Amino acid sequence: MSEDTTTDGDDTDDRTPFAAHRCPNDHLTYPGHRLCPDCGEPQTETVSLVDRTAEVVTWTTSTATPPGVRTPNTLALVEFQVDGQAVRALGGVTTDDVAVGDTVEPVHVDELRDPEAGLKSGSGDQPWDGYRFDPVDG
Amino acid sequence: MTLLVGGEKMTHRSTGESTDIIASITHPEEYKHGVTLPSFAGLTARHYLDRFDAPRESLAEVAVKNHANGVDNPKAQFQKEIDVETVLESPIVADPLRLYDFCPVTDGSAALLFCPESVAAEYTDDYAVVSGVAGATDTHVVHEREDPTVMGGVVESGEAAFEMAGLGPEDVDVAELHDMFTILELMQMEGLGFADQGEAWRDVQAGRTRMDGDLPINTSGGLKSKGHPLGASGVAQGYEIYEQLVGEAGPRQVEAETGLACNVGGFGNCVITTVMEAR
Repeated sequence: MSEDTTTDGDDTDDRTPFAAHRCPNDHLTYPGHRLCPDCGEPQTETVSLVDRTAEVVTWTTSTATPPGVRTPNTLALVEFQVDGQAVRALGGVTTDDVAVGDTVEPVHVDELRDPEAGLKSGSGDQPWDGYRFDPVDG
Repeated sequence: MTLLVGGEKMTHRSTGESTDIIASITHPEEYKHGVTLPSFAGLTARHYLDRFDAPRESLAEVAVKNHANGVDNPKAQFQKEIDVETVLESPIVADPLRLYDFCPVTDGSAALLFCPESVAAEYTDDYAVVSGVAGATDTHVVHEREDPTVMGGVVESGEAAFEMAGLGPEDVDVAELHDMFTILELMQMEGLGFADQGEAWRDVQAGRTRMDGDLPINTSGGLKSKGHPLGASGVAQGYEIYEQLVGEAGPRQVEAETGLACNVGGFGNCVITTVMEAR
């Protein structure tokens, strides 16, 4: 597997989905939950966030990172608009040059941190791939 | 009688390892990004400062105050004053927060002995009464909270503890808050009703929360200066409030009939607020 980000590779089926989850009452959450935190109904639908853009609400550059995590690690809290509803997500940023209000798009990364380092090494329940946010022009 | 003991041994691990152990409480979708609790604090602090037009110095003032208080606490990990410049020039840990915005890695323990109030006088003259205590939770996933500057668990546990005690924030004379990060002291002041939302930084800058202010906060030095052995910190908060209420706080003594301790787990995932009164 390549360490580089790809947007149209052949291995997209292996990727951990990046999706918001919806219940029958139209409440939307990321990540998904067994039951909707708002109304308690089981969530029944997913809405992919992969081909959408989001706005940076706040960000930080973490310099004291745990074993297996890149240093520095710039992280952003971003907000997607999905059918008029706001859904927030937290993730790494592809650059250390980011600002509140920036528009970003998700790009896939095979290993967000080293699965062999750190406390959860070997944990089958822990996904290691995912999406970082890449600022887009405009 | 019940003996409550809390303790934690942390210094045998590297800072990176300790950080990872603590970060393992985060949701798997957060953990995979290398999120740490300090990085949650950085994200939240930037949002708070921007939104409420609060100066960066106001967070530094929290650390300066708590270090000053720790000087008079023989059990504090740091018994050393610092100034605002020291905080603002210290290395960045989670931008905009710097080294002195964070509690240290600590070994420590604390204990409290409980009995029914009805029999307390049989054992001692120096006791305080727990008149209200309540716990509350917030979402596991931090970004799912509707307002990043509100600690919902603090709000709910505070309201319930005050209701049980039949008291309100205006009745509190001294408080120990969970200043694992400087920003958390402001957010707890607001969540508990000591200040309006977005206004706590003004009280800190005005000196209201210093030892000689009208609401001294973290007379022990707080987690910032006393240290933060995770499993012991909540009990140690109760110990400081006890000492204040029975008049045994020595050079840290303030005039107090009612005290409050707010102990936070995770990044506000679970919170216990305790109201204590002198007898």
